[in-house]
Amino acid sequence: MKWRRNGWVALVCLAPALAVLGSFQVAPLFYAVNVSLHSGALAGNEWVGLANYRALVGERAFWQSLEVTFWYVLGTVPLTLLVAYWIAELLNRDIRGRDFYRVLFFMPYVVSPVASSAVWKWIFNASSQVNLWLDKRGFEVRDQVWLLQPRGLFTLLGELWGVDVPSWAGGPSLALCCIMVVSIWTMLGFAVVILLAGLSQVPTEVLEAAQLDGASGWRLRRRIIWPLLSPTLFFLLIIFIIKAFQAFNSIYVMTPGGLSGRTATVTFYIYESAFMAGGRGTGFGSAVSLVLLTVILALTFIQFRVLGRRVHYEGAA
Amino acid sequence: MKRARWKLREELATHAVLLPLGLLVAFPFFWMFGTSLKTAPESVHFWPWPAVPQWHNYATAWQSAPFGRYLFVTAVSSAAVTAGVVLSALLAGYAFGSLRWRGQPWLFALFVATMMVPFEVILIPNFLTIQRLHWLNTFWALIVPWAANVFSIFLVTQSFRSLPPDFQEAALLDGCGHFTYLWRVAAPLVAPALATSAIFAFLGSWNALLWPLVVTTTTNMRTIEMGLSHFVQAEATNVHLVMAGSMIALLPVLLLFLLLQRKFIEGLAAGVKG
Repeated sequence: MKWRRNGWVALVCLAPALAVLGSFQVAPLFYAVNVSLHSGALAGNEWVGLANYRALVGERAFWQSLEVTFWYVLGTVPLTLLVAYWIAELLNRDIRGRDFYRVLFFMPYVVSPVASSAVWKWIFNASSQVNLWLDKRGFEVRDQVWLLQPRGLFTLLGELWGVDVPSWAGGPSLALCCIMVVSIWTMLGFAVVILLAGLSQVPTEVLEAAQLDGASGWRLRRRIIWPLLSPTLFFLLIIFIIKAFQAFNSIYVMTPGGLSGRTATVTFYIYESAFMAGGRGTGFGSAVSLVLLTVILALTFIQFRVLGRRVHYEGAA
Repeated sequence: MKRARWKLREELATHAVLLPLGLLVAFPFFWMFGTSLKTAPESVHFWPWPAVPQWHNYATAWQSAPFGRYLFVTAVSSAAVTAGVVLSALLAGYAFGSLRWRGQPWLFALFVATMMVPFEVILIPNFLTIQRLHWLNTFWALIVPWAANVFSIFLVTQSFRSLPPDFQEAALLDGCGHFTYLWRVAAPLVAPALATSAIFAFLGSWNALLWPLVVTTTTNMRTIEMGLSHFVQAEATNVHLVMAGSMIALLPVLLLFLLLQRKFIEGLAAGVKG
């Protein structure tokens, strides 16, 4: 008899979650569209139609933030996955101290991002001291300022090797590359834990059978381990790309002000335009965020179309 | 015999790669600790260890910014967020995982779809909502928007679905109400999923920077992450103090992690598989 009242019970149970998620997760999506069509000025919040979107297309800082984000994704995601896979494979062996290593690699992901950004900031800063020390001992290292260096990585490498690099091919600023190092350091443990969970699910019978058939090393990986691991890798790829678009904390702490845009990712740019003095206001910021949403959705869709087909799910042919 | 020796050699080779890598990953923490014990003139040098450890740096750092208040604000809001997430996920998980009602699969799909919405899109509208509610610089702003999250609901729902339906049927036939069943029988059974939800809700709230930055402006309502980022900029010339402050901010979560590391790591691995 009680089953009939399920609807009411379900409603009561869902009420808290619905209230919170409805007001702060679903409604804001629509609200964002509305905000982006207004000026967002303190003096008067007028309807401006698509003016914010038109302004955004002509804004150099916006395109630069997209470029910075592009380099940031390219410089962090593949490298993190590669190194994490290597570590996970080593940890998947029958060795002592596995828990110890897991904790060690996972630590940066857990602890205060501001504290770890602060320590990295000073490590890079103190590295100038190392450069100086090396210089004094006859090694020619030009004093490199790392996090204060807005010039492109490829430009700097070109100077080092005496090659002329055109300005459009300058690449990400050295400061951004430093921030990428911190990002890889932070996310590594997360990827290791998840890849390790995936690797430990590869059935040992399958591996042993393949080994009996003479498969080993790379063949074993290509034919058996990687296909079985592909859902995990695919999941990590999507999560990491979304997370890379959200990069904020390390940039805010290590290069306050975004080094005139040379380290400002899109999320940092949204914060800057909506909340900092001299920004263009909430309307413009919302417009940028919605463009970003479109980019993320498109990227995710493309990944599902292009890579999703090659992902092997258990039970599927 | 030969095989055992070969195994030992392989293990040693593995450690030979992993140990240096692990030390490299741990190095910034060591550097932070070492620098926090240096004198001001020592602090500009790269070498990470002081001649004589200056423990009083911690007292100095503690006094140069209201770290006690920062920690208090953070602890209160993180605890409240965690409680909210656990409670809302338990209730919603029951509705989605153990009850049958019209529109259930549809609403569940909608819930899961909202997981895809990136935070930066809802940042500005949520700020405006908080402003309109006059919640800026209050605990409400730090707590309410985070008091439920889809990841936890998803996790707990999966857990409810794995319970045998006979439990619920028997309990309800015996005249036990839904909430008695939920509290007495089901909650202990889904406790692992609740624990994982709690850990990640707590972590997310404690380590948040962008949201507190947007909704609080007074020193009095600063969270530890925000307070520390202020401290980093204000004390830019006193690296040793900045590192002592960073250690203060880092220790609570680090200790919690070391205490519950198995729950953290296995909860994450299990959550992703689910």
